[in-house]
Amino acid sequence: MTESYGISRRELLGRSGTVAAVAATVPLAVADTAPARATTGEVGVRMTVNGSVTPLTVDPRETLLDVLRERLHLTGTKKGCDRGQCGACTVHVDGERVVSCLTLAATLGGSRVTTIEGLARGDRLHPLQQAFIDHDGFQCGFCTSGQIMSAAAVLADGRARTDDEVREQMSGNLCRCGAYPGIVAAIQQARKEAS
Amino acid sequence: MREFRFERPGTVADAVRRPAPGTAFLAGGTTLVDLMKLEVMTPARVLDINRLPLRGIDQTRDGLRIGALERMRDVAAHDLVRRRYPMLAQALEASASGQLRNMASIGGNLLQRTRCGYFRDVSVPCNKRAPGSGCPAIEGENRMHAVLGASDACVATHPSDLAVALVALDATVRLRSRAGTRDVALRDFHLLPGTTPEREHDLRPGELVTDVIVPDLGWASRSVYVKIRDRQSYEFALASAAVAVRRDGDTIAEARVAVGGMGTRPWRLPAVEAALAGRPAAEASYTAAAEHATDGVRPLRHNAFKPALMRRTLVRALLELERIR
Ligand SMILES: Cc1cc2nc3c(=O)[nH]c(=O)nc-3n(C[C@H](O)[C@H](O)[C@H](O)COP(=O)(O)OP(=O)(O)OC[C@H]3O[C@@H](n4cnc5c(N)ncnc54)[C@H](O)[C@@H]3O)c2cc1C
Ligand code: SF4
Ligand code: FES
Ligand code: FES
Repeated sequence: MTESYGISRRELLGRSGTVAAVAATVPLAVADTAPARATTGEVGVRMTVNGSVTPLTVDPRETLLDVLRERLHLTGTKKGCDRGQCGACTVHVDGERVVSCLTLAATLGGSRVTTIEGLARGDRLHPLQQAFIDHDGFQCGFCTSGQIMSAAAVLADGRARTDDEVREQMSGNLCRCGAYPGIVAAIQQARKEAS
Repeated sequence: MREFRFERPGTVADAVRRPAPGTAFLAGGTTLVDLMKLEVMTPARVLDINRLPLRGIDQTRDGLRIGALERMRDVAAHDLVRRRYPMLAQALEASASGQLRNMASIGGNLLQRTRCGYFRDVSVPCNKRAPGSGCPAIEGENRMHAVLGASDACVATHPSDLAVALVALDATVRLRSRAGTRDVALRDFHLLPGTTPEREHDLRPGELVTDVIVPDLGWASRSVYVKIRDRQSYEFALASAAVAVRRDGDTIAEARVAVGGMGTRPWRLPAVEAALAGRPAAEASYTAAAEHATDGVRPLRHNAFKPALMRRTLVRALLELERIR
């Protein structure tokens, strides 16, 4: 993945992702309409994503995660397990952390959604983002946006103070690379800066 | 995920008006959406009940009322719950993760489905998912499965932590259908698998859980929930115990005991309660009473460790209770 082709890694991933999504939806749609079933009907939802009002028409089967990544191209939110088990897809809905892979977009009319893209203030990183850099709170980075969104909610909640309490509150975010010591240190730094 | 019709009823009456088969209520979705993706659950119609006014945590004549749509996080954080029924708050905080506790409702928690891997995999047989197809867990991977209340048809555990604590507290669920309202003791609400493991609870088609009622029990302010798992956090129970004790000086006057990770439904242990009553509040009494916890157990190939783990978990919970003033 080099820059010499004049295409960034994100663009390449974005493009190949779109191709894959198209290829995957065609046979799926055929399979779904084959048995006689009630038609789904599309659902109109108006949610506010990172401060922008975003009117959408969604298939009731679409998760918030898929809407963010594939329709709004907010690919900072990651799909790990897609089963509610890893926390990579963590975002905030109305200020509370949730897993977006188990949230149906159709239920979100009127909701306020914040993703990792909505955390920084202009070019200024959120203190947690800076703290993750300072403490090597990641290796491959796949879990990181979920970790940071989850940590932001933990800090706002204000109950976790000791390292053990931070670990307990963060247990819904798994890290395959085992960057946990750096993650805990980063959260502690951001917590102390805020207090 | 299969196609379904999506509706958002605005009132409870609307939600229960047409109890068509193949209808599922959607609360937090942490069980339902997961199982719909796996095509283990394939409702033709999904009713999003989140706008219904099934909320609130308040003291009523019958006890503490918790609206079915209250989230696990909010119930665990509520002052009345923490002060009067610490075991409830502890069971909730030992469940799932921070994200999931924000999403998951109390009603949905009681109705969550088993985590048996065969149940979750549509490519293999499972009597609970496809009645009559067989139970691969009996001869297969069964370390997490039940040693109490199992049948030849199904050996799956009920995974809820909350339900264990609620069953110890004699909670009831309030149900609403077109026909009206009825209360069912939680102890009778979940069914043993018997020959029909696909029937998990006493909920009629289209019936809605509206509230959970926890009767007053002053001495439950001294209660604990102890959960033993493969990792410290974010894991289902291998064994868990919800205990409350009323003491009369150094003697145990009454006790409430229920266990999780063991049974095919949340498991109350009246024999242990009886064995504790009238005994001195001391480790020897706890160990003796815990022997009754495993009356009638039927361990499977991979979970022969469970009966001993159960007894020790119970003793540990009773010892922890001693330390609470
Ligand atoms: C990764 C993971 C880990 C978990 N760990 C634990 C754990 O350690 N301990 C634990 O106890 N649980 C655990 N859970 C389970 C979790 O607690 C349940 O999924 C959750 O409580 C279900 O609530 P919900 O509101 O999301 O239900 P939903 O998914 O919305 O619904 C579940 C079922 O109940 C029905 N339903 C919901 N509300 C009502 C109602 N009011 N009336 C009638 N029917 C209704 C639905 O139709 C559906 O069949 C875990 C889940 C996940 C995904
Ligand atoms: S234990 Fe029950 S849920 Fe698991 S495979 Fe057997 S029948 Fe299915
Ligand atoms: S992708 Fe949502 S929890 Fe893993
Ligand atoms: S940094 Fe690689 S998964 Fe966490």
